[in-house]
Amino acid sequence: MLLLAAGVSVAFFDYYSEKPGARFPFRLGLDLSGGTHLVYRADVSGVQAGEVRESMDALRDVIERRVNLFGVAEPVVQVETTAGVISENKENRLIVELPGVTDVNRAIAMIGQTPLLEFRIERPESPEKEKVLKELRAFEEALRAGNGAIPENIPDTDALFVPTELTGRFLKKAILGFDSISGAPRVNLEFNEEGEALFARITREHTGKILAIYLDGAPISEPVIQEEIRGGKAEITGTFTPEEAKQLVGRLNSGALPVPIELLGSQTIGASLGDEAKTKGIQAGVLGFSLVALFMVLWYRLPGLVSVAALGIYVAMMLALFKLIPVTLTAAGIAGFILSIGMAVDANVLIFERTKEELRRGRELKDAVRDGFSRAWFSIRDSNISSILTAVILFWFGTSLIEGFALVFALGVFISMLTAITITRSLLFAIVPKEASSRSNAWFSAGIFS
Amino acid sequence: MFIIDHRRIFFAISAALVAFSVFSAVFWGLNPGIEFTGGAIAEVRYENGRPELALVKSAVTEIVGEGALIQPTGESGYVIRVRALNTEEHQALLAALSVDGTQKVYEERYSLVGPSIGSELKNKAWISIVLVITGIVLFIAFAFRRSSYGGDDARGEGAPPWHYSIAAIVALVHDIAIPTGVFSFLGSQSVNAQIDVLFVTALLAILGYSVHDTIVVFDRVRENLKKNREMKLRKPFPEIVGEGLMQTMSRSINTSLTTLLALIALYFFGSEATKNFALVLSVGIVAGTYSSIFLAAPILVAMGGWRKN
Repeated sequence: MLLLAAGVSVAFFDYYSEKPGARFPFRLGLDLSGGTHLVYRADVSGVQAGEVRESMDALRDVIERRVNLFGVAEPVVQVETTAGVISENKENRLIVELPGVTDVNRAIAMIGQTPLLEFRIERPESPEKEKVLKELRAFEEALRAGNGAIPENIPDTDALFVPTELTGRFLKKAILGFDSISGAPRVNLEFNEEGEALFARITREHTGKILAIYLDGAPISEPVIQEEIRGGKAEITGTFTPEEAKQLVGRLNSGALPVPIELLGSQTIGASLGDEAKTKGIQAGVLGFSLVALFMVLWYRLPGLVSVAALGIYVAMMLALFKLIPVTLTAAGIAGFILSIGMAVDANVLIFERTKEELRRGRELKDAVRDGFSRAWFSIRDSNISSILTAVILFWFGTSLIEGFALVFALGVFISMLTAITITRSLLFAIVPKEASSRSNAWFSAGIFS
Repeated sequence: MFIIDHRRIFFAISAALVAFSVFSAVFWGLNPGIEFTGGAIAEVRYENGRPELALVKSAVTEIVGEGALIQPTGESGYVIRVRALNTEEHQALLAALSVDGTQKVYEERYSLVGPSIGSELKNKAWISIVLVITGIVLFIAFAFRRSSYGGDDARGEGAPPWHYSIAAIVALVHDIAIPTGVFSFLGSQSVNAQIDVLFVTALLAILGYSVHDTIVVFDRVRENLKKNREMKLRKPFPEIVGEGLMQTMSRSINTSLTTLLALIALYFFGSEATKNFALVLSVGIVAGTYSSIFLAAPILVAMGGWRKN
C-alpha cells in the first residue's frame, strides 16, 4: 500500500511539474522542440599548444555572446575535443544548439561572421586615382545613355580608398543611437585609448578628405572629415533599418573570434516536425504501455496485474528522473523508453514463469513465489549486466541524439530491475494468502495455455 | 528434445536467412546515410501541394549538379539528398525549390554533415559494434567460468566457458545480419531508410537484447548442470540443454512479445524519425528470440559433441 501511494505521488509530481513555469519541466531535444544544431571545427594551428584550452574557452565566450543576441531561450554552446583514437587528428570542436531557431542560414551567418570594421581614407592624388575616377565617370555616362540598363565594366571604387591602421580592433564599444531630427538609426562608436589617438591623427592629417567606413569589405558610409576629432568617438550613419543597426551594434560588441572556425555540420528541425514527433512519441508510449499491460494481465492474471502496477511505478519513476537529472529527451530517447517498457517486464516474466514451474511441481503457493524470486535472480542479474554493458558503449558512441537513447536505456535497465523485483515482490507477498487453496493457486498459475 | 535433436534443420533455416541477408546486402548494397558519407538532406513541405518531381529535379540539378536523390514524402513534401552544401548553395537550393518563388516552401528539416564527421562516425560505429561483441564474449566467458564442466563423470558433460561465448557470438552475428539485410533492401527503396547513426544504435540495442535472451537460456543450462552434478543424475549434455530450453522457452517468447508490442506501437504511432528504428529493432528481436532458442543452445550441444570426439 505504501509503495502504491509512493508511486502515485511520483506520478503526481510528473504531472504537476509540467504546469507552465514549474521548476522541473521535461527538457526536450532539438528534434522535438525544433531548432538548430551546429558543429564547428576550430582551427587552432596558429595557437601554441599550451594555450589551446584558453583560446577555445575564449571562442566559446565570444560565440555565446553572439548567440545571446538572437534572443534564443537556453542556447547551448560547448567545446568538445575529439579523441585521437577515432580521427587521425585531435580536433577541437564547438557545438552550438539553438532551440527554436529554424532558419539555419541566418543562424550560421550570425554566428560565423567576424564583423570586420575598417576605416579607409581617400587615396592621395595619383595616376591610379585618376584612372579610377575616369572609369567612374565613363560608367556614369554609360548608365545615363543606357536608360537604366547597367553597363559592363563596373569600376572598382575600392581603389579610391586606402586602408588605415584604424580597425574594429580598437573599438571600446558600439552603441545604438537615433538621429535627433530624422529619427534614423545610427551606430555610435567609442574607441579605446590607442584607437582614440589613431583616430585623432587620421582626422587631423586628412581633414577635408573622405574617410570611408567599411564593414566586412564593403563601404557602408563615406563621410567627409570636417575637422580633427578628439575624444575617440565616431558615428556611422548609413541606410540601416533599426533592426540592421541593432545587429551591427551587437556584432561589433561581441568582438572578433580568437581562432577561425569552419562549419562541419548542421541539423535543423522545423517546429511543426518537432511537434509532430513529440505528440506521436507520447501516443506511441501510451499505446505501448497499454498493450504490454493488457498482455501481462491476460497471460499472468493476478501476478500480471501486480507487474502492471510495478510497470506503472517504473514509468512514473523514469519520468521523474528525466525531469530531475535532467535527461534531454529526443525522438531516439523516447524510442528507447518505449523499448524499455517492453523489456522492463522481463524480470517479472522470468519470476512468474519460475513460480508457475514451482507450483506445477506441487509446491505451496508461498514457497513457490519465494523460490520463483530467488531462482530467477541470477538470470535477471546476468542478463541485465550485458544490457548495461551495451548501454555504456552506446553512450560512448553517441552523438548528442544517441546519448539520449543510451542514457534512457541504461536508466531503464536499473530502474526496471528495482521496480520489477522489489516492488513486485512486496506487492505479491502482500496478496499471497496464508492458507493455500485451489482457487488462489488458480489465480497465480493460470495462463491461457496452462 | 525436439529442437536439439533436429538442430540441423534450424541451423539450415538460420543459414538460409543469413545467406539471404548477405545476398540482399550485396545485391542492393548497404546505403550509408549522410551521417557516414557526408552530405546534406533537406525535407521541404509545399503549402499548396507539391510540384512535379521532374520540375523539382531539374531545379535541384541546376544548383548542385547531378547525383541528387529526390523522393516525395508526407502529403506535400520532398526529401532531397545532395552532397554537402555551403551556405550559399543551400540558400540557392531553397530558392530553386520554390520554383522561382511561385511556390511557398517550408524547410522542415535540414542536416549537413561534413566528410570529416562522417568518416569519424563510421569508425566510431565499427569500434562500438566490435567493443560490444568483445565485451559480451568476455562477460559470458566470465559469468560461465565455473559452470563449465557440468559432469564429474568420465563422459564429461558440459562445455568449456568459451563454448558459451562462441555460441552467443554466432547468435549475435545472425541477429545483426538479418536486420541489416532487411534494411539494405529498404534502403534501396527510400532515402529515409539509409544506414545512419540510429540504425547502428538499433543494431547495438539488438546485440544487447539478443545476448540478454541467450544468457537467460544458458543460465538455466548452467543451473541444470549444477543440479545434475549434485544429484548425480548423469544425464547426457544434450538432454540437460534441452530441458533448459524447454524451461525458458515461454519466458523467451513472452518477453519478446511484450517488447514487440511496444515496438509495434512505436512503429505505427510513433514519429517518422523512429519508424525505421522500430522496424529494425523488431526484426532484430524476432531474430534474437529465434537464435537464442534454435541456434545458441543447439550450437552448444553441437560443439559439446565435437569435444568428445
